[in-house]
Amino acid sequence: MKSFLKWMMPVSLLVTISSTLIAQDVAPAETVAAVAEAVEAVAEAAPAVVEVDAATTALFTANNVWMMVCTALVFLMHLGFATLECGLTRAKNTVNILFKNVAIVAIGLLTYFFCGFNLMYPGDAWMLSGVFGFAADGFGLASVATADVTAGYADAGYTYWTDFIFQGMFAATAATIISGAVAGRVKLGSFLIFCAIYVGFVYPVVGSWVWGAGWLDGKGFHDFAGSTLVHSVGGWGALICAIILGPRKGKFVGNDVRPIPGHSMPLATIGMFLLWLGWFGFNGGSVLSADPSDTSRVLVTTNLAAAAGVLGAMFVSWMIQKKPDLSMALNGALAGLVGITAGADCITPNMSIVVGLIAGVIVVFSVMAIDNLKIDDPVGAISVHLVCGIWGTIAAGLFDYTGSYSVGTQLLGIAAYGITCVIAAGILFGAIKAILGVRVSEEEEIQGLDIGEHGMEAYGGFQIFHNY
Amino acid sequence: MKLVTAYIQPERLNAVKQALFEKDIFRMSVILAQGCGQQKGFHENYRGADIEVNLLKKLRIEVAVNDEFVDTTVDAIIKGARTGKIGDGKIFVTSLEDCIRIRTGEKGHDAIG
Repeated sequence: MKSFLKWMMPVSLLVTISSTLIAQDVAPAETVAAVAEAVEAVAEAAPAVVEVDAATTALFTANNVWMMVCTALVFLMHLGFATLECGLTRAKNTVNILFKNVAIVAIGLLTYFFCGFNLMYPGDAWMLSGVFGFAADGFGLASVATADVTAGYADAGYTYWTDFIFQGMFAATAATIISGAVAGRVKLGSFLIFCAIYVGFVYPVVGSWVWGAGWLDGKGFHDFAGSTLVHSVGGWGALICAIILGPRKGKFVGNDVRPIPGHSMPLATIGMFLLWLGWFGFNGGSVLSADPSDTSRVLVTTNLAAAAGVLGAMFVSWMIQKKPDLSMALNGALAGLVGITAGADCITPNMSIVVGLIAGVIVVFSVMAIDNLKIDDPVGAISVHLVCGIWGTIAAGLFDYTGSYSVGTQLLGIAAYGITCVIAAGILFGAIKAILGVRVSEEEEIQGLDIGEHGMEAYGGFQIFHNY
Repeated sequence: MKLVTAYIQPERLNAVKQALFEKDIFRMSVILAQGCGQQKGFHENYRGADIEVNLLKKLRIEVAVNDEFVDTTVDAIIKGARTGKIGDGKIFVTSLEDCIRIRTGEKGHDAIG
């Protein structure tokens, strides 16, 4: 009796499932007929108007869906940053790095909700024309009732909500860039305070100069997806913070540079691929619609530049160091991506390869030059995001095929952002240093920030050899 | 012949190596170790609960030397490893019966140097 039940149960289950499926098969046919009738009825009543509206709505929906996909891809970049930074630093600081990356996404999104979005896109509400403004919505976002979710909001590109969440993901990346340069020695609390103010206030205010239709936008400065607005802003912050913090113990002994190797090249490689994937959304979404021509061309230039960046870094490191350095190849891919970000829409695919290749070459020399300047940047964030961000911004003027942008204006923009960010980051991080301190104690640095800051190990149960 | 075995703080390794190199002592083994002594452990937290960790990460250095080198070796290790704080470690010196170099079959005094 028992064995009979045993095989009867699956059979009866199968019968039930298949009958359900058949029932579902029947249902759509009826629905389709009903919908078709309804559409015909509407079409008869007011043919012209309905047709146009349906097309606009379809386009609006498709655009908005693409923008939300891009938002998710940019969000994924935070995982890329987290894994890249973990891989390129020592095992004893892994929990700390992961914690910073988790906290920064949260802080970045919430500060962008609180004031960042309205500072960056003030609309007409400039307090200081083209330099500083605050949108009429006040702190926080527009209410559900007043938010513009119609096709009229952004030329049928996306809704108000998509606009906020897409730009919010961008904002948090600027702070994540700094996290890599200060890894292994920064006090967690002090760093999080710095990030909250830098992302919540500095990033959106300088961002409004171009993307919020401010004074630099008026001068014709072009930054398509943020070589300057996102990457250089983060990069300047990284440079200033790394200088104020000082190097990790043991990095510079006398006149020697002693490399401190990362603990997981597989993690670093995963991070690079995730960032590359995220860039489909970072640049692809910066078209601000799913425009077939622009979006597809931007993805082509973006990927060609990344590929060329890998080859550029590979060849240079192969020639200089005699062996191809994986960490340089990873940095090369990111350098190519940062390099093309400013001009992904105005550089031809052919020229994007040149831009990426040069970025890949620049990043290798830059990493070595920054080491020689005795500035300790554990993951190469300053080289990738600042130096290649500057290169990308110049390249957008240099290789522009549309004839709308000039190198001079691009240089003006770079200088404006450089001066502002250096001053802002210097005052901010300097003040935090004076009040709270920014660096952990020497003992804590030796033992690792995981135990010191968090009382937790990343690889519990493993014994890892630290060659101090 | 003696075997000098030292337990040191991991971060002193470079200094100890440096001090040994200065005395022309280039042969050593370094082994990961965990141990506890006077130096108490530290706290970890995991998912809201406390963990008392009292086995600390240490390094074990082994240097086999001829008798006349024992003091030099011990002094060099102390020079590199001493910070004056609890937890600096210990050095053990034990007699060594014999030593054979696998490649040549040399024994004793010749094999060790």
